[in-house]
Amino acid sequence: MTYARRAWIVLWKDAVTERRAKATLNALLFFSLLLLFVFQFTLGADRERLVAALPGLLWLSFVLTGLVGLGRAFLVERENDCWDGLLLAPGDKSAIYLGKVAGNLILMLIVEAILLALFAVFFNVDIGRALPALGLILPLGTIGFAAVGTLFAAMTAHVRAREVLFPVLLLPVQVPVLLGAVKATEAALAGEPLGAVGHWLQLLAAADVVYLVAGLLTFDALLEG
Amino acid sequence: MRGEQTVSRALGWLAAIGLAGGLVMAFAVAPREITQGNVQRIMYLHVPTVLVAYLAFAVVLVASIAYLWRRDPAADRLAHASAEVGVLFTGLTICAGAIWGKPTWGTWWTWDARLTSVAILFVMYLGYLLLRGMIEERERAARYAAVLGIVAALDIPLVHFSVYWWRTLHQPPSLLKPGPATMSQGILAALLVNIVAFALLYVYFVAKRTAVLRREEEALA
Repeated sequence: MTYARRAWIVLWKDAVTERRAKATLNALLFFSLLLLFVFQFTLGADRERLVAALPGLLWLSFVLTGLVGLGRAFLVERENDCWDGLLLAPGDKSAIYLGKVAGNLILMLIVEAILLALFAVFFNVDIGRALPALGLILPLGTIGFAAVGTLFAAMTAHVRAREVLFPVLLLPVQVPVLLGAVKATEAALAGEPLGAVGHWLQLLAAADVVYLVAGLLTFDALLEG
Repeated sequence: MRGEQTVSRALGWLAAIGLAGGLVMAFAVAPREITQGNVQRIMYLHVPTVLVAYLAFAVVLVASIAYLWRRDPAADRLAHASAEVGVLFTGLTICAGAIWGKPTWGTWWTWDARLTSVAILFVMYLGYLLLRGMIEERERAARYAAVLGIVAALDIPLVHFSVYWWRTLHQPPSLLKPGPATMSQGILAALLVNIVAFALLYVYFVAKRTAVLRREEEALA
């Protein structure tokens, strides 16, 4: 079985589980809707203020839903001895990591797309012009988040106080991604050309590569048990 | 055992002598800085501690890679001890910087690029120590911490660039650059003595801490 096929099987398995149980996606969508309410209540009805803070609010909601969603990535494996099954899988274990990252990436991108639509409708902002740029920025920011998030989710799955430890470990590491993504989104929503934030996009791409390579190389050490 | 103790004792004395020499250099030999006055002497604590903190985190990276490669418990103890001392020195840097910032910039804290990146380092490695504290089994803690130690170190350049762009593209660093543009000989000499002294202190702390960690493991085994 090739490497890509093994990664694909992990992704497919998680997708089937998710489609049948609908545990994560439904809860995440509901959670993101609630976040919109919370932003509205805490920042007040002043539309100007909400729109000015929009890039930050968008990524804040992506990060919060990501923390809730990714933290669960390996919990399913703890039931019914699935973890042992993963350990027994033949070949390079990093294929499992790649499959999990892909699954988390797709999950987060779905939630992000829906959140974007919700923001546009409820806060009455026109994002139509910015959509092509956002179509590049969102995946660039999310790959890095999913790569480290998946790695740390595997790490904290067996640790007590997991719910606290996961965000505490993930958030400081994600500062570069968060800064770059917010700055690039800010420029995109303001209608500036992407060239103006080229250095931020390069940083995001560099972060994605660094995190993915680090994850692929070290995941084996986490899976041992 | 005996030889090791002698070495660590010698390191301790060297560090103590170095620090005493550093104090003399900082307060007696180095000239009083013209614009800032005596406050500027905090630099002799502030700069060495941050340099040694970076050194400590570099050691964490190397020891973490060595542990994942060879699975040698000694490498893990080195990473553990170095991270603890690194967090301590980062904390010292931040405190000393705040005390220096208040009279010179008029504020304890500002979201300047360098302040922010050191603060991020601090919380990142605090999380590293937290992770270690949360896992009982020694071997598992070592593996997980090694992975985190590698990811955190790889993150340092990314943090550095992102925070630098985030801050300095928007506000000129004129106000936030303390100290003289060119250092006088006395100031440079005092700084160098203190850097060596704090580096010795770091080595002494790490030697002591790794010895304690090894004894703990032997007691538990």
